[in-house]
Amino acid sequence: MPGPRRTRRATDWQALLWLGPSLLLIGGVVLYPAARLVQASLSQYSVTGLYQGWVGLRNYARLLRQEALVTVAMNTVVWVAVIVVVTVLISLALAQLLDRRFPGRRLVRWALIVPWAASLIVTSKLFVWIYDYYFGILNPVLQSLGVLAQPVDWLGDDSTVMGAMIAVGVFVSLPFTSYVLLAGLQTIPADVYEAARVDGASAWRTYRSVTLPLLRPALLVAAVLNIIYVFNSFPIVWTLNDRNPGFGHDTMITYMYKIAFKSSLRDVGLAAALGVVNVALILVAVIVYLRTVRWREAEA
Amino acid sequence: MSGARRALGRAGLSGAGALLALAFLAPYLVMLFTAAKPEVELRVTPPRLTPLVWHWTNFAAVLRDGEFQTWLRVSLVVALASMALVVVAAVPAAYYTARHRFRGRTAFLFLVLVTQMFSPTSLVVGLHREFFELDLINTYTALILTNAAFNLAFAIWILRAFFASIPREIEEAAAVDGCGRLRVLVRIVLPLSRPGLVTAAIFAFIAAWNEYIVALTLMTDPDKKPLTVGVTSYVTAYVQHWNSLFAASIIAIVPVVVLFILIERYLVGGLTAGSVK
Repeated sequence: MPGPRRTRRATDWQALLWLGPSLLLIGGVVLYPAARLVQASLSQYSVTGLYQGWVGLRNYARLLRQEALVTVAMNTVVWVAVIVVVTVLISLALAQLLDRRFPGRRLVRWALIVPWAASLIVTSKLFVWIYDYYFGILNPVLQSLGVLAQPVDWLGDDSTVMGAMIAVGVFVSLPFTSYVLLAGLQTIPADVYEAARVDGASAWRTYRSVTLPLLRPALLVAAVLNIIYVFNSFPIVWTLNDRNPGFGHDTMITYMYKIAFKSSLRDVGLAAALGVVNVALILVAVIVYLRTVRWREAEA
Repeated sequence: MSGARRALGRAGLSGAGALLALAFLAPYLVMLFTAAKPEVELRVTPPRLTPLVWHWTNFAAVLRDGEFQTWLRVSLVVALASMALVVVAAVPAAYYTARHRFRGRTAFLFLVLVTQMFSPTSLVVGLHREFFELDLINTYTALILTNAAFNLAFAIWILRAFFASIPREIEEAAAVDGCGRLRVLVRIVLPLSRPGLVTAAIFAFIAAWNEYIVALTLMTDPDKKPLTVGVTSYVTAYVQHWNSLFAASIIAIVPVVVLFILIERYLVGGLTAGSVK
């Protein structure tokens, strides 16, 4: 168009052109499957995955009647709550350490990257090996330290498997969380600390009444993002809980996956209903997140 | 002397840092030691941390394994293609939203943010339905599209921040010289945003390289499995080649750790969408 002025409509059309590839991707691979998920939750399928008709809310009613549902929901609450709380607490200390200057700091930050960059499935397999009752290194290490008298079957014993999985969940969540909190710490100007020092505040007092309040935004972001990530986490529970039958240690995500894809179950409608519930829960967390960061639009 | 005390304090911090680094690396050292063990040493009781005989040839054996080569090829194709797709889609979107206000801009950015929060995990049943009906199970297309869509957000945030930091005057001068908007983007803006482009590309590559659940669900054909899914077949109910599994894992991990370190300083900004600066 040769004219210098463009009409409102023309600009909108142009926007569509520039955003087009992104919109196609998001529409095709995020929004459409979300719609298909909802539709599947209202339908019935054969074990081979063929559509057998509309059943209304019957899948949701069936979901509520599943014996495992209460256990799985409780597992999910424990899984998310414990990992997020423990991760944030440890990360507060790690961020504090990484915020100080010392020789070798960069190497420490690089070491922290490793569990973050490694694929979760590989790390999960690694811990299956480390936890192994016969050949894993954890039992002999703990025995030689005097922590354990007898070896423990970490992933086979009903009383230890959730704790063992949570430990791995914390391990892989620490890097991201520490980095977010570190970024938060680095926004606090040095003169605030200077003022506290002049006032004669102790280190602990300074931390509690200066650092923590100023760290609040970063803490909230770290906590809410972790809630979403940990809720969505799949490979750890999928792998470490692999040889236990039933759903005694599953979360809502792995339970959904087993219903959908384990050949003995294959109940697409039921899995989709649970999937919709999962998506709804994540949406709630997303809304909380947006409130937390007071998101309007990242300003240009 | 306070100087001496400070030096002592720094040494203490270094010591704490070294312990911390060791704590994070320890599991991966177990991985490395196990990868270097000969088959017979995997089932020794009580288990030993390090091999009696260092069997580094395990790495060469894995690299020569035809199946491993297939997984590696699939991973490379999928990760490179989805990286390219992310950049192609994110650059114009990031540029236009950084430079123009228009109806629907807020809605678009909101949509991008929401896709970032949603991993494909929660939608996997819907994704499987979609690709099953389109007959795209066991195709690269399905995996590439999924990885690209879910990693678009990070690229858009990073690139927007870089584009927005370029003074408009530079672009206006180029426009006066008769450059169209696309030419300004390609000739002026992109070269100035190289770190942002590199970061976005590396992040998209790593995310696709490490992706597991969608690949597990869609790629059932042995010739179409990427590394994340393929390597797990070294250890099943029937065979337990932990040394091969971990040798393969290390080969898969080392390059991405190096790449991740390269983009370390931009990670938090991209993942928290500018909310913690």
